[in-house]
Amino acid sequence: MSFGVVILVHNALDRAAQVIRHWADAGCPVVVHVDRAVRRARFDRFRAELGDLSDRVLFCSRHRCEWGGWGIVAATQSGAELLLERFPGLGHVYLASGSCVPLRPVAELDAFLAGRPRTDFIESARVTQVPWTVGGLSEERFTLRFPFSWKRRRWLFDRYVALQRRLGVRRRLPAGFEPYMGSQWWCLSAATLRAILSDPQRPEIDRYFRRVWIPDESYFQSLARRWATHIESRSLTMCKFDFQGKPHLFYDDHLPLLRRSGCFVARKIWPRAQAIYDEMAAGGHPAGEAAPSPARIDRVFAEATERRVRGRSGLYMQSRLPNPGWENGFTAAPYGVLEGFAELHDGFTEWFARASGATVHGHIFAPERVEFADGATVWRGAMSDNAALRDHQGRRFLTNLIWNGRGARQVFQFGPRDSQRVSWDIAKDPNARIGVISGAWAVPLLRSGRPAARLCDLAARLQQVEADHLAALRSPHAKARIRVWTLAEFLEAPAEALALMLSDIAPGRAGAPPPPPAMVPLDGLGRFLQEMRNLGMHPYLTGDIPIEPPAPRRPAPRPYLVRPHA
Amino acid sequence: MKAWQAYRLRLQRRRWRLRALRKRRELSVVADRTEKIRPADILVLTTLRNENARLPHFLDYYRGLGVGHFLVVDNGSTDGGAEYLAAQEDVSLWRTEASYKRARFGVDWLNWLARRHGHGHWCLTVDPDELLVYPFCDTRPLRALTDWLDASSIRSFGAMLLDLYPKGPIGAQPYARGDDPLDIACWFDPGNYSLSRNATYGNLWIQGGPRARSFFADDPERAPALNKIPLVKWDRRFAYVSSTHMLLPRGLNLVYDEWGGEKTCGMLLHTKFLDGFSDKAHEELQRRQHYAASAEYKAYAAALEAEPELWCRWSERYINWRQLEVLGLMSRGNWT
Repeated sequence: MSFGVVILVHNALDRAAQVIRHWADAGCPVVVHVDRAVRRARFDRFRAELGDLSDRVLFCSRHRCEWGGWGIVAATQSGAELLLERFPGLGHVYLASGSCVPLRPVAELDAFLAGRPRTDFIESARVTQVPWTVGGLSEERFTLRFPFSWKRRRWLFDRYVALQRRLGVRRRLPAGFEPYMGSQWWCLSAATLRAILSDPQRPEIDRYFRRVWIPDESYFQSLARRWATHIESRSLTMCKFDFQGKPHLFYDDHLPLLRRSGCFVARKIWPRAQAIYDEMAAGGHPAGEAAPSPARIDRVFAEATERRVRGRSGLYMQSRLPNPGWENGFTAAPYGVLEGFAELHDGFTEWFARASGATVHGHIFAPERVEFADGATVWRGAMSDNAALRDHQGRRFLTNLIWNGRGARQVFQFGPRDSQRVSWDIAKDPNARIGVISGAWAVPLLRSGRPAARLCDLAARLQQVEADHLAALRSPHAKARIRVWTLAEFLEAPAEALALMLSDIAPGRAGAPPPPPAMVPLDGLGRFLQEMRNLGMHPYLTGDIPIEPPAPRRPAPRPYLVRPHA
Repeated sequence: MKAWQAYRLRLQRRRWRLRALRKRRELSVVADRTEKIRPADILVLTTLRNENARLPHFLDYYRGLGVGHFLVVDNGSTDGGAEYLAAQEDVSLWRTEASYKRARFGVDWLNWLARRHGHGHWCLTVDPDELLVYPFCDTRPLRALTDWLDASSIRSFGAMLLDLYPKGPIGAQPYARGDDPLDIACWFDPGNYSLSRNATYGNLWIQGGPRARSFFADDPERAPALNKIPLVKWDRRFAYVSSTHMLLPRGLNLVYDEWGGEKTCGMLLHTKFLDGFSDKAHEELQRRQHYAASAEYKAYAAALEAEPELWCRWSERYINWRQLEVLGLMSRGNWT
């Protein structure tokens, strides 16, 4: 065997023994370091269990290994020194832990290393050039002092860091020394490792690293740069980190994934992942001469981070309730809001559904009930048409509707009669495509046949509500795509307005739209509005509707588009 | 959080813990096997009354997940369930005839048992009609989850209550003792939940589902709360405040992310709506031992006269946890 293994063990000793036995059975010399936190009796029992392998499995002097502290480096040094001393003929030294599990046959790793005799496999990157660090400490790992344990004395740790920052304390690096960082788990050639361990500057460097934070990720990584002839900056041990810099655990259901990665060794394995340990005991999954390619399974772990950090847009659920502004999208998908169109056309929702291919609801915020598409009383997601349930949380109702309707473009009608809870939300939502015909509420009033005198109060109220809504649409906070026509402007060129809304809501729809729907009769609208004016209620949002029936058509005025602010 | 508010919550927690201490006198031991609890065991705590039919499946389900020991308070069962439980090797049983309502719906009793036996253990507090599902529950035991939570320094795990119901009238399909209730009650509402934050305790308040839709449509404010935090790495200083909806100290209630991400969470499958529910609703209405003057049971009793059907055309049939995740009801978070 051309390489030896240094194994650091601190818990799950039974599993560690299994792994050690596996390496040794394959012919590798192994030096084991057991954390001094493990009780003496337990250590003796552990050592006795491996007694039959005493020609190949050695135990080095024990250090206290605390995460983030110097002990881990000291342990590695002791282990490596013992291994090189007792087995001088080795080509490489592999650093592993008790929860690192060989996935491929050890002979394949041996062949791989034998074919690359002077190569050092150690991830080693300039500190300033990688975003790996967690907790805001990257270069400061090397320039501050860290005498307190991060795990046990967090408060003191944080205070002391803050104090040093405040005082502007900076440690000086040893002369000619540049810090590098990378995975703790490496495989160095024996020549490089010997050079590192007998570095003439070592006492000074060791003294310096005792107060560096997480030195196990930088000590060998930096010194390898000084002594190696050929560095492959990657680790042969596959290890995936989550967004907090904590390694992902592998379970039995990861086995196909681990095989696909082609990695020689993986960590960390959950100690109870029986199938993975069984696979190891059976000799591992052979992959011939293939080089490891952990990138193949990156996606799974990248998705996990994405889910944990950004979540699914437009989803509100038991473990995701973003603070205002942190939603990463108020709704899950683009949707259309049409205001006033249904009042002006017979069978408008059916026509729009046909023309756009979207799911077109009626007034889902109507005071009586939710007008779901096709008159349904229950809709997707088992949403009820009950108005009280909807108004219990109007915003959640809208976000639920869009979430449940993923897959089809959702469109709904809106107007001043409706509950206005979401007025600002849709204005601020970049997913919303809003088309407004202001003053269209006058049309149902006209068609009710009741005299203007008895409708004045109602009209005034509707106009006020609509004016407030338009103020939201025109505010600098509005991010929706918004088009507004007055009723008069719309009547000048209805087909153009409809075509614009169709292209906003269902862009790229092939073919000419079906012929526009029939407009409701508007005879007497001008007279009706004038009567309101005469009664003192000025319907200014309708625009200028002539009192007499309209003259022959003029060219259409251009609708204006409220552009989203960048 | 203002110091004053923190102080008041601290006083309140003290009050609930003292109350649990006082209420422990109401419990008398039937079978105490707590010396069998091993240091790393996961414990299930439950209080029940006349749930004999569900018990075999309930115990088997949680044994299958790897639960080590059950701590059960029997509140005056008369259906033989207590005898059955007392004979189980991994159950410790206490009995009380005292008022469920005056023990704050069992919370005081369970706070006491958790304090006495749960310190340092992962404690799962569930009712006999609640089945926990969590990410990867089909391939990984509960211990995998709690180990990961430990490694991530997470002390509490949220699992929203998901009401399951049968197709057709409730009770049309008979439930036999030992059967999997999910064979009958396997439908749920996938997307009609509302949620808001409780400013005092910091927990979410989730409502919706079939109960809100069918029984509380005209008074949604009073619909039952569905947010639950059933799995906690217990410390003797902790206390549930109201059912398992929220705890003190209130940091334990932060099982949701406020900055856009999704935290890992599970789901409690609530199989209340089975054969026998109607009788139970009437009985509970007589006993008047439930929350808000049994308003929930009043609503049920009124609606049940009409043999309601909770199923609707958009109900989903339960398949597995992955389905719940795709629907956006739960999330793996960054556990993968």
